[in-house]
Amino acid sequence: MATQDTISSPAAASSRQLNDPALLRRRYSAERRFQAYGLAAIMVALFFLVVLFTSIISQGWTAFLQSSIRLDVTLDKSEFTDADGNVSDKAIRLANYAKLGRDALQNALGIEKPGRPEKRKLKELLSRGIDTQIRDVIEADRSRIGQTVPIWLLASDNVDALLKGSIDRDVPEARRQLDNRQVAWVDKLVEEGRLEKKFNWGLFTFGASSQPETAGLGVAIIGSFFMMLIVALVAVPIGVAAAAYLEEFAPKNTLTDIIEVNINNLAAVPSIVFGLLGLAIFINFMGLPRSASLVGGLVLSLMTLPTVIIATRAAIRAVPPSIREAALGVGASRMQALFHHVLPLALPGILTGTIIGLVQALGETAPLLMIGLVAFVVDYPVTPMDPATALPVQIYMWASSAERGFVERTMGATLVLLLFLFVMNAAAVYLRRRFERKW
Amino acid sequence: MDQQVATPASSAIIRSAVDDPKVTSKDVCVFYGEKQALFDVNLDVPRNAVTALIGPSGCGKSTYLRCINRMNDTIPIARVTGEIKIDGQDIYDPDLDVVELRARVGMVFQKPNPFPKSIFDNIAYGPRIHGLVRDKTDLDELVSESLERAGLWNEVKDRLHEPGTGLSGGQQQRLCIARAIATKPDVILMDEPCSALDPIATAKVEELMLELRQNYTIMIVTHSMAQAQRVADKTAFFHIGYMVEYGDTKQIFEDPQDKRTQDYIFGRFG
Ligand SMILES: Nc1ncnc2c1ncn2[C@@H]1O[C@H](COP(=O)(O)OP(=O)(O)O)[C@@H](O)[C@H]1O
Ligand SMILES: [Mg+2]
Repeated sequence: MATQDTISSPAAASSRQLNDPALLRRRYSAERRFQAYGLAAIMVALFFLVVLFTSIISQGWTAFLQSSIRLDVTLDKSEFTDADGNVSDKAIRLANYAKLGRDALQNALGIEKPGRPEKRKLKELLSRGIDTQIRDVIEADRSRIGQTVPIWLLASDNVDALLKGSIDRDVPEARRQLDNRQVAWVDKLVEEGRLEKKFNWGLFTFGASSQPETAGLGVAIIGSFFMMLIVALVAVPIGVAAAAYLEEFAPKNTLTDIIEVNINNLAAVPSIVFGLLGLAIFINFMGLPRSASLVGGLVLSLMTLPTVIIATRAAIRAVPPSIREAALGVGASRMQALFHHVLPLALPGILTGTIIGLVQALGETAPLLMIGLVAFVVDYPVTPMDPATALPVQIYMWASSAERGFVERTMGATLVLLLFLFVMNAAAVYLRRRFERKW
Repeated sequence: MDQQVATPASSAIIRSAVDDPKVTSKDVCVFYGEKQALFDVNLDVPRNAVTALIGPSGCGKSTYLRCINRMNDTIPIARVTGEIKIDGQDIYDPDLDVVELRARVGMVFQKPNPFPKSIFDNIAYGPRIHGLVRDKTDLDELVSESLERAGLWNEVKDRLHEPGTGLSGGQQQRLCIARAIATKPDVILMDEPCSALDPIATAKVEELMLELRQNYTIMIVTHSMAQAQRVADKTAFFHIGYMVEYGDTKQIFEDPQDKRTQDYIFGRFG
């Protein structure tokens, strides 16, 4: 401003020097001040980001490790036979696995003839999930019945907490979840190399469970995957087609103006409203099953549609009109100009917008709560019609459990969700670079 | 044409009759919404010759040019009345295929606008969508022939698969001319084709026009009166939506009749 004055008013120019040091200093310091504000703003944002990530990672990383005990389990044949002495499916299903596990633990610790209270204390060291673990070993190869096989069995969440240091050994025994005997057993197992923290694959494969050590994201990951698939199959084609029509073919009149305004409004509608809409239309009116990822996917598609339309329209509008003219000029029809020239050039923008829409949908929780995706689902959904949950909903459910193991898992699951979001964003950047063409 | 005939019927001065014209216009009016941009243009364009359209900015030269390949159809608010015929065929006939028309009437734009594809694909696109070639050999031949005609072959023959957008401005414009030629048109429309080019590139394009004239009917909008004199056989002078004066280039520049033409040619417009 000040320099302009010097130049534009010749009358003043004579009285002012062109290199007035005071003026220069003022301008430079103004510039420096502005840069400092900007830098400060970025620093504040970065600071909060770092705080967020350190708190999530420091609380969540232990969720990726889980304590297991290597035990030589004797698969006593009598446990798996019917009254007539034959091995049967039913007998395998109903076998007393807790006892098998406990016996193995007892042998490992060299305890002979434990009394009732000791048996209970031993049992407390093992997870209830060992039923499935031992059964899986048998189902993989039934000839193992009658043999003694080494198996890594899940430790209970208290043992896990002790190893991870979240149960304090200095707390008086009466107020500690594990008494002194149990702590001594754990130490012995660790010493013998039988008790270890191993990578927690269960976090990614288990379904819902009331014990943290056997609770996982398996169902939620499959549910989220189905939903993303549905959004990609529903919202993307409809959104791109709608945007292309509005940009390239629709007449400019009041009706299209109203449509345009409403698309923008729709993008700002709180997501829970889409949940209510989905409840009313897909579940109550169309009779689709509750808790199904199909309904979740459709609701998320509705929510993502405006984002896709807006991004696609912007991308199409950014294609220079001269390209369109060139195509029409050599006799391409409007469809050909759109499909051969405009859409390929708009593709990077469309992809970016679409992935941002998908990322939004992946992280969305509120509408899914409305349509019953907060369910306790143990079995993997096989089709989108089966009951499922979603990643953020699973986080929400775990966050409302008080057990230490679930708190850790809440953070771990948040890390997994953030990782998915990060990967998708990276994919968006990559695809944009890959398809970007200069003109 | 029906409602807003603002001024009495046009009294354009036609200096010399054209016999056996390629393109004929009769009472062509163009409206952009309520606003009329062209008033009763009557013009006969000779075949295998260059016809220049000159006049001050905004007088409707581009608008008129865009009537001839119906590019105005792509502007929603534009409306054209009157009659335009190419070789006696009414191009505004509802049964006529606009896509076919645009293959027969090529267009070159003010700013070079090659597709962001390879040089080869730029030329091949038109013939491909119109089904002008049967196989790859045909296509290769058509591409090299078009580039040769546009005087670009020697410069690009070794880099046909490099992007067309990597060429210099003048080469890009000749690429656009080659692209227009590839669909085997008989009329080529050029809207200020040299306004974005340097003098050397301009000279090349002008040279090309003189060569193409033998096989094509060329209509060119130009801001440069020197250029019109160098390349055009006929010149039409437009002024605020009217075609004012039309005749041999020599007549128009040496002996303009209308006051407005005189003012423009002798540089008396602001
Ligand atoms: N797409 C359009 N929409 C509305 N008015 C237009 C459009 N194109 C041109 N016009 C108007 O038509 C008149 C003639 O324009 P144009 O043919 O581009 O002039 P020239 O090419 O001679 O400079 C101008 O007044 C211009 O404002
Ligand atoms: Mg123009």
